[in-house]
Amino acid sequence: MKEIIRTLTEAFGPSGYEDQVREVIADMIKDHVDEISTDVMGNLIAVKRGTAPEGKRIMFSAHADEIGIIVTHIDEKGFLRFSNVGGLAPETLIGNRVRFSNGTIGVIYKEKGDLKDLNLDKLYVDIGAESQEEAEAKVKVGEFGIIHREFTDLGNRLVAKSMDDRIGCAILVEAIKQLQDTPNTLYFVFSTQEEVGLRGARTSAYTINPDLGIALDVTLTGDVPEGPRMEVSLGKGAAIKVKDSSMITNPKVKAFLTKLAEDNNIPHQFEVLERGGTDAGAIHLTRDGILAGTISIPCRYVHTASEMVDIRDVEACVDLVKAVATSDLKDLM
Amino acid sequence: MDIKQLFQDIASNSGVSGYEDQIADQIQEACPWVDEFRRDTLGNLIMLKKGKAQSDQKVPRVMLAAHMDEIGLIITKVEKEGFLRFSTIGGFDQRVLLGQEVTVHGKETYRGVIGAKPPHVQSPDEQRQAVKLEDLFIDIGFDSAEEVEGKVAVGDLATINQTSWNLQGSFMAGKAFDDRAGVAAMLECLKALDDLNFSAEVYAVATVQEEVGLRGAITSTYGIVPDVGIAIDVGFGDQPGLQEFQTIKLGGGPAIGLGPHVHPTLHKRMVEVAKEWKIPYSLDPSPYPGGTDAYAIQVTQAGIPTILLSIPLRYMHTPIETLDYNDVKLTGRLMAFFIAGLDNEFVEGLKCF
Amino acid sequence: MLLRKLTEACGAPGQEGEVRALIRSEIEGYVDEIRTDALGNLIAVKNPSAPGPKVMLAAHMDEVALMILGIEKNGLLRFRPIGGIDPRVLVAKTVLVGEKKVPGVIGSKPIHLQRPEERQRPLSIDELAIDIGAKSQEEAEKVVNLGDCAYFATKFEEFGQDKIKAKALDDRVGCALLIELLKQNYDIPVYGVFTVQEEVGLRGAGVAAYQIQPDVAIVLEGTTASDVPGSDPHKHATSVGKGPAITIMDRTVITHPPLVRRLIELAEEHNIPYQIRRTNTGGTDAGQIQLTAGGTKAAVIAVPCRYIHSAASVMSKKDYEAAFRLTSVYLQDLQEREGN
Repeated sequence: MKEIIRTLTEAFGPSGYEDQVREVIADMIKDHVDEISTDVMGNLIAVKRGTAPEGKRIMFSAHADEIGIIVTHIDEKGFLRFSNVGGLAPETLIGNRVRFSNGTIGVIYKEKGDLKDLNLDKLYVDIGAESQEEAEAKVKVGEFGIIHREFTDLGNRLVAKSMDDRIGCAILVEAIKQLQDTPNTLYFVFSTQEEVGLRGARTSAYTINPDLGIALDVTLTGDVPEGPRMEVSLGKGAAIKVKDSSMITNPKVKAFLTKLAEDNNIPHQFEVLERGGTDAGAIHLTRDGILAGTISIPCRYVHTASEMVDIRDVEACVDLVKAVATSDLKDLM
Repeated sequence: MDIKQLFQDIASNSGVSGYEDQIADQIQEACPWVDEFRRDTLGNLIMLKKGKAQSDQKVPRVMLAAHMDEIGLIITKVEKEGFLRFSTIGGFDQRVLLGQEVTVHGKETYRGVIGAKPPHVQSPDEQRQAVKLEDLFIDIGFDSAEEVEGKVAVGDLATINQTSWNLQGSFMAGKAFDDRAGVAAMLECLKALDDLNFSAEVYAVATVQEEVGLRGAITSTYGIVPDVGIAIDVGFGDQPGLQEFQTIKLGGGPAIGLGPHVHPTLHKRMVEVAKEWKIPYSLDPSPYPGGTDAYAIQVTQAGIPTILLSIPLRYMHTPIETLDYNDVKLTGRLMAFFIAGLDNEFVEGLKCF
Repeated sequence: MLLRKLTEACGAPGQEGEVRALIRSEIEGYVDEIRTDALGNLIAVKNPSAPGPKVMLAAHMDEVALMILGIEKNGLLRFRPIGGIDPRVLVAKTVLVGEKKVPGVIGSKPIHLQRPEERQRPLSIDELAIDIGAKSQEEAEKVVNLGDCAYFATKFEEFGQDKIKAKALDDRVGCALLIELLKQNYDIPVYGVFTVQEEVGLRGAGVAAYQIQPDVAIVLEGTTASDVPGSDPHKHATSVGKGPAITIMDRTVITHPPLVRRLIELAEEHNIPYQIRRTNTGGTDAGQIQLTAGGTKAAVIAVPCRYIHSAASVMSKKDYEAAFRLTSVYLQDLQEREGN
């Protein structure tokens, strides 16, 4: 499992340009599913057919994209200017490195000035080029880059860039590998463009039109010094989302997930997130409404180069995904 | 059934966004003017009232939408001393929360009060500022997290306790009038239709989750696909702190919307109907199409001609929202006469610009 | 000239009637079908039953304006912007109000009566009112209705080197391009959609796309250019005169990468000047079109315009011509590659 996480978190996939992540995942799961396809928005959709005639259709969604940058200008000395792709806090970028799809690496730094006035317009990327021509030979205006950082195994705790949401992808990959025959037909969607507005989930949910949609995504924790006032903690299990800004979980779905966790002795906790959303937000508003829930992976330092999760929570999430996949949805409908 | 009484009952009951079931049950039990009830996946209560047309004739399909959800509080953390921290569902003015009595909906319901650090121990600077939401807490009288455990958990809801009051004349005050007043107007319309000759199929929808992003209207409209959509919500009543042109007058009847969210022909027809039946009304032009279910209804599928009717309401999003019940009745009447005048030719014409 | 007529016509979001009528008269005879929908989008179709990919070309008819919300006892009109207008551009402008185009001015307190510190502070919208010369509320109500919109009374003019000055170039320039594109012949189904209510949230484009369910969509826009003194080069977004801007990303869309690559290849093959739009802010109808139903490949081709959303914006005729050629070449290319 840790190797899957390493491979996925080190892959390149800013929103809209998830090709590499898609290839890596397709390769990991191709022998374990019945069908794999990619749609117009770039969503990778893997189908595992159900065995029971009365089985339902469940969509699991984890987003393949990560936050990144878009190059907006290259100056005569070869420095790059950029804007954000998804939510980037400027103060987390100084001294960090970016990587472009062709492997070019650059260093982010800032113009002089007060830190409190810092914004993205005051940052630049140095790719070591000595002129505009040299820079343009490596990187073009309009090109996307990602934060460059390797995966680190700290034991139970794992650190990497883009745990948001490659950890969700890893959980689905692992569940796919572990699952035997299931009564329900399962649609595993590795969705695109979540970080810029839940876009891939919206179109894929429309096409799939499932009976139940479950998003796998990271959530914030309150277990750090003077952190946000919330109870979610690393190591306390899969977080069952009650509310975020994109969805209020249907109480029936909350109860359904809770019961599955209890019945299967899966460590779990409840989560109320004040800001932020997941693919489930898009799924539940599709067509005339779809039952949806989110299984969250507690994660510290979200949207930085060093996002931290706990492998025990990750395993709990895998178990909960498997429990949902094999469950009888009759009571929920 | 007295609709005003039902309105008071549902306004006094709890139905925070996402948790509207009880309100829907109350409405359904009390409502004899409906041919079919249905709940959709998100919990929208869809009430179909059929017109008096022949069975296989194509008839105009009208959707009325008023939201039954209200803003509320949600527990985010249990402090070790047993105090509950919370966040809001929907837009609360944090300044009105201090000192309110609440009900916490845990394993059972628990009485509580919203407290904060007393003014005596605040610095003069702090006293000049509104108490921040994150500094407030709910005290339910338990002395430790252990005592709270098993009773209240993260994700449980809390609501402000406030039953409706009658003020002078037909004025009333209470919580959740936004937008159960709209629901009441919808029921007044259904009741009034019993005495009218109309051919349309009327889908009266008590929508869910409006306060968190018009979510119920998005999915219910997709399922109904009406020819005409009428959203009924509350509008800013005349009160201190607002300029006259920004408000609508209590007691002046419904405000008929005007702007990008309103189909021009529907606006014109609504004004004609009001004039014909001598129903007082005001105009409510707005350059911002958002903020009500009309916004969601309008862009469903291939597009739906929509109109917004607003019931004047003072002190919006507080537990003492104030209105004139006559405006609710007049809104219902206006809609009923509007619906009675609908035919296929008119609704087909709404696509011709 | 087409662009003169289009920019001097008035059409606030939801009130696009005059623009719609003008466009309809321009394209009649060149398309197989013209219809409107429940929101007022104007949909013109060429070769609806031809095989091949279904293309949607979209430009929005609406422009930012001021909506009249109240009439004071003294006859002055109170208003709010409809769509994004910086209130600082409003003071001391001439406007035309409502369908009757009643002339008016936006007045403010004379400089003589202002304290020095007042002059540093921008005027808030509550300090501004439109004066149409009415002596009373009753007199004003004879010519103005609540909900009417006021528009900048800007005349279209050509000036300088190949430049055009006008109001509402965002997005009448797109409408002009689309009208001219519809006058050409194609073998594949082409849906020209003149959308409504873009400026208040991309409202029209989504419902139009739902009706059409296109395979490919190109949005034709007027986009912001800030190649002006005081703006750092890396904040220019686009530059006037350097060709149409191709969007990679904005607040509402990440355009379809293979489609964008093809547009760039074609521009280079045909020596058509182009630029990459160098900001991720702003939004276009592409945002809604792309996400309709199961998703659509979408791109944006935009003519750079300075001083957008103000009384007078400026563009280059050369950028317009290049935008036309690029779109046209793309449609030919699509026809050759995927048509029958």
